[in-house]
Amino acid sequence: MKNQNRQRREPLTDTQLLMTITICIFLAMYILAMLLLKGGFLHVQQLFDLLNDNASLIIVSCGLTIVMIGGGIDISVGAVTSLVVMSCVLFLNRGGNLFLSVLLALGIGLAFGLVHGFLVSYLEIQPFIVTLAGMFFARGMTTILSIDPQKATHEGFKKLQEAKIEIPWLGYVAKNGNLIPARMEIGVVVALLCVIGVFILLKYVSLGRGFYAMGGNQTSSLMLGINVKKTRFLSYLLSGLLSGISGFVFLMHTGAGNATNAAAMEMDAIASSIIGGTLLTGGVGNVVGTFFGTLTLTTIKKIVVSSGLNDPWWQKITTGGMLCFFILLQSVVLRQREKRKKSN
Amino acid sequence: MKERIKKVFKSSLGQLAIPLIAIALLIIFNLIRDPGFFVIGLTQNNDGNLVLQGNLISIINGASELAVLAMGMTLVTAACGGQDISVGAAAAIAGSVLVKVLKSGSGITGGRVLAAFLMACLVAMIFGSFNGTLVAIFKIQPMIATLILYTCGRSIAYWINGGATPTVSSPVITAIGSFIPGIPVPTPVLIVIAMTILFKLLFRFTSLELFTQSVGINGSAARLNGINTTFIKLLSFIILGVCVAVAGSIGVSRLGLINHETLLLDIEMDAILAVAIGGNSLGGGRFKLSGSIIGAYVIQMLTITLYAMKVSSTDVKAYKAIVIVILVVIGSPVFKEKFGKTVNRIRNNRNGLMEKGAEKA
Repeated sequence: MKNQNRQRREPLTDTQLLMTITICIFLAMYILAMLLLKGGFLHVQQLFDLLNDNASLIIVSCGLTIVMIGGGIDISVGAVTSLVVMSCVLFLNRGGNLFLSVLLALGIGLAFGLVHGFLVSYLEIQPFIVTLAGMFFARGMTTILSIDPQKATHEGFKKLQEAKIEIPWLGYVAKNGNLIPARMEIGVVVALLCVIGVFILLKYVSLGRGFYAMGGNQTSSLMLGINVKKTRFLSYLLSGLLSGISGFVFLMHTGAGNATNAAAMEMDAIASSIIGGTLLTGGVGNVVGTFFGTLTLTTIKKIVVSSGLNDPWWQKITTGGMLCFFILLQSVVLRQREKRKKSN
Repeated sequence: MKERIKKVFKSSLGQLAIPLIAIALLIIFNLIRDPGFFVIGLTQNNDGNLVLQGNLISIINGASELAVLAMGMTLVTAACGGQDISVGAAAAIAGSVLVKVLKSGSGITGGRVLAAFLMACLVAMIFGSFNGTLVAIFKIQPMIATLILYTCGRSIAYWINGGATPTVSSPVITAIGSFIPGIPVPTPVLIVIAMTILFKLLFRFTSLELFTQSVGINGSAARLNGINTTFIKLLSFIILGVCVAVAGSIGVSRLGLINHETLLLDIEMDAILAVAIGGNSLGGGRFKLSGSIIGAYVIQMLTITLYAMKVSSTDVKAYKAIVIVILVVIGSPVFKEKFGKTVNRIRNNRNGLMEKGAEKA
């Protein structure tokens, strides 16, 4: 009887297990920070600030998750973000239209995705090299456009930048007795919409299921009748599009273009996806996990700063240590499960 | 037998075709652009030594760190089917250790330099075996495993330096970084030659090359044949560690200071690129060390050519990207197949036309 029960209950898949671990660790970390560090962590605004600062990272990580589930890699996302920021600032400052600048952002992202997708899926060149070239090109173009920082002066854009969603009942009372509402930027809404969109795509749309199939086993997905080349092409196209969106969101957050914008963002995005339970080998991953992965990655940085480790090197060393912990944990957990499967 | 030799020759040349074509194209381009680009002169430098100077020398000299790293990267790529993206950060750590030991006592003698270099080697090998353990024992993909050190490596170097960028000035260090008095060839070039000979000897007198390739081609088959795959993978990372220490030491000696943020910045990407341009598969398996070394010189030659065309150092990346894409597209199997088909069709058409012409006549 007992055995039957165990068999009837569907076991967690690898994806769900890794995601659950990440979410649990994030919650534990945040609650510990609330209990031990107090200060800002007790206000909802702290969580909102995390989202405000990292909206574009979340969007980029979603795109990377799609590519990684399909068994590829895209390391150009940070550079494309930076190029989009710079082009949009220059376009707006020369009297461009706000709506057209959004289209420009999407267009640049799509163009990069198009070229990457074509080279990787139809010419069968290694994705690492293709997107590395894309990264070099985008970074080079950014400095060719302008090597000096550019501040956006467009009126309509400034209004958009300052528009924030205020939620009074989540706010807190400051020392002088004023109620400060919790503020959330529009970019965060865009980021959340992207997460939901990608979640639906991966879970309920046949294209999304195709990504998993392709990443899990290319030959058998071909035999199932999936157009592998087209699916792979679309995964890079989506990643490019999301980097374009991320560029505009980044601009809405900073309001200025700089050649060093979004430096090493691709590695942060890869780290977020990995912490969220996506495997680089493909076929395993979940965008909700990626979302919490980004939050975990950025929370640890905030905790290091608030806990008084002021030397500039600690932030990155702890990030590296945490990454090491997560990677080892995943490896051990997955291997244990494999062993159990074999013994069954 | 003769045919077999021909076949082997053809296949090995086929792999080297892309980097050699790239170098030939760059040379032709430069000859058309400015024949003076290749002038090599013998001039007296500040220390009063006769030294070789010219664009070609600066290409060969400047690519030294990249060439050394590309050699190690080739081994890791071949054995593990993945790349180490932490070499730049690890080189910063090795350089910091080198400077730390050099500064630990008064006066920099040859013996202290040797001790400092050995210490840097040891530290780099420890970090290499950390990466190697993650890859070989915990079965994590190399890029993910080395992402850890990539993230925190330069901060560890910063920590070793105590938040400063210390300088070292000594004739010994200058000799390593630029010229040994009396020898007109830059020392880094000599170091690259020495490293190449070391690798060749290693391949000649051990089965490392064969074992690495078989582990890369089919790990489980290699294990069943009695090869310790874990050890081979670990060893490839440790050898890369030695390469990292050598490259870091050259970089520090060149400038006479250690700057953890800028030392060998972004070199991991160039090193992987050198391996790919050299015709090696990034998925592991068969490899050719000479391809990667030529690949490193292709990258440096491209960079110096762009500098000579007055492209600023930050903009170089965009042009480099275009050339890389062209190179990899030419090298891609799909392109080769399509191109071959088109050539055949044209040839057939021509033959057909000639036959028709002959019939008419």
